[in-house]
Amino acid sequence: MPFFLVMGGVSSCFILLIVLMLAADVMFTSVGDFKTALIKPEIQAALKLTMLTCTASAILSLWVAIPLGYLLSRFRFPGRWIVDTLVDIPIVLPPLVLGLSLLILFHLPIYGWELERWLRDDIGFGVTYRWPAVVLAQFSVACAFAVRTMRVTFDQIDPRAEDVARTLGCSRAQAFFKVALPQASRGMIAATTVAWARSLGEFGPILVFAGATRMRTEVLSTTVFLELSVGELNAAVAVSLIMVVIAVIVLVLLRILGAGPSQ
Amino acid sequence: MIQLIDVTILAGQFALQNVSFEIPSGRYAALMGRTGQGKTTLLEAICGLRKVTSGKVIIDGVDVTDWSPSDREVGYVPQDLALFPTLTVREHLAFALRLRKQTSLQIRIRTDELAELLHITSLLDRHVKHLSGGESQRVALGRALSFRPAVLLLDEPLSALDEATRKEMHGLLKQVQQSTQVTTLHITHSTEEADALADCRFSIESGQMQTTD
Repeated sequence: MPFFLVMGGVSSCFILLIVLMLAADVMFTSVGDFKTALIKPEIQAALKLTMLTCTASAILSLWVAIPLGYLLSRFRFPGRWIVDTLVDIPIVLPPLVLGLSLLILFHLPIYGWELERWLRDDIGFGVTYRWPAVVLAQFSVACAFAVRTMRVTFDQIDPRAEDVARTLGCSRAQAFFKVALPQASRGMIAATTVAWARSLGEFGPILVFAGATRMRTEVLSTTVFLELSVGELNAAVAVSLIMVVIAVIVLVLLRILGAGPSQ
Repeated sequence: MIQLIDVTILAGQFALQNVSFEIPSGRYAALMGRTGQGKTTLLEAICGLRKVTSGKVIIDGVDVTDWSPSDREVGYVPQDLALFPTLTVREHLAFALRLRKQTSLQIRIRTDELAELLHITSLLDRHVKHLSGGESQRVALGRALSFRPAVLLLDEPLSALDEATRKEMHGLLKQVQQSTQVTTLHITHSTEEADALADCRFSIESGQMQTTD
């Protein structure tokens, strides 16, 4: 009994902290504040952009995380530990530094050539301080988490099944698509969830790399900052709670999807 | 026919040196030896999952040493069976046939035929997660035999089964071998199993192959 009291007591401290924070937010705000926030065109635009960019960065993250996670899990190749370390850098880097690094990357002149200028003038697809910068800033961090999730997923899948598939006539690619990938479906959902949630919470790199221009590059996390900066505390709290509700809805939906047919 | 000529396999600290043996077509051979002697390594080399450092692997008179596993036409049942958890029994039996672009009718006929031979007709639409050890064993065997391979490699296929199921599987393996005439190499630790099934026997001791009868 004392064992469970101690374990439960320590665990409940963290749970209690989260619940109290949310409760404080709810008590601070009112239905009126929500209505005021939701009818603002700027916040509606930010909500729409948030949903779109989070979904885009989560899908992009999954596309990269599946092959990279698989390669890191299955193969020993020269420089593997370097790749493994590089993947973690966006996780440990301070968010502002990540945004700054993206900004420098796109505007560093290399013998008179500049990535951003080339994208904007020659390709017609400017990135910095536009919506693609929001996606890229979110993707840079979200992808690192998705890669970790997919790697653990493939680590837990027995490679023998792929070996047997190859003896049955599969190429390596067929063994991956027909045997490994179907087994990784729940890991893929987990990776998408993590990437989506990380993207929703991203703020620092977006502020530096995409800016916080209302109706253009403003996402909900920057809305909270912008509302706070003009002293609109009620609106900032209301938007924060909207983010909590969206996050909970998306996470629950993805969990239901993940616990579907394979369970 | 399975023939190995002076095959050397180096895997880290482990080495199998100059292994040579031949199993004539249609024969059932047992490969015995203590744990860690390289029996599984040898099977993996025959089916192409492990590279040989030197020597030749010949299947039905064709040198397949440098062939990929997918081209060797070798049926392989690993010790842990490695069934595909997302597929049904029927999908397991049809897996290799689909890769060979057989028609739906051909696949249906072959899966029904195999299911009857292995007594798993009632399990065809079940997912493999819900099968018993003996049933899983039959599915793995059916999957390996589905594409009518030239040779069949069995890596301790009965070691995890209870006594009664093992006896039952002895009879089934004998029946399968008689009806398909597939050249079989079966790794086992059990002398009783080798006596019941094999018509020739090999053993590995200290990296060297010996014919015991």
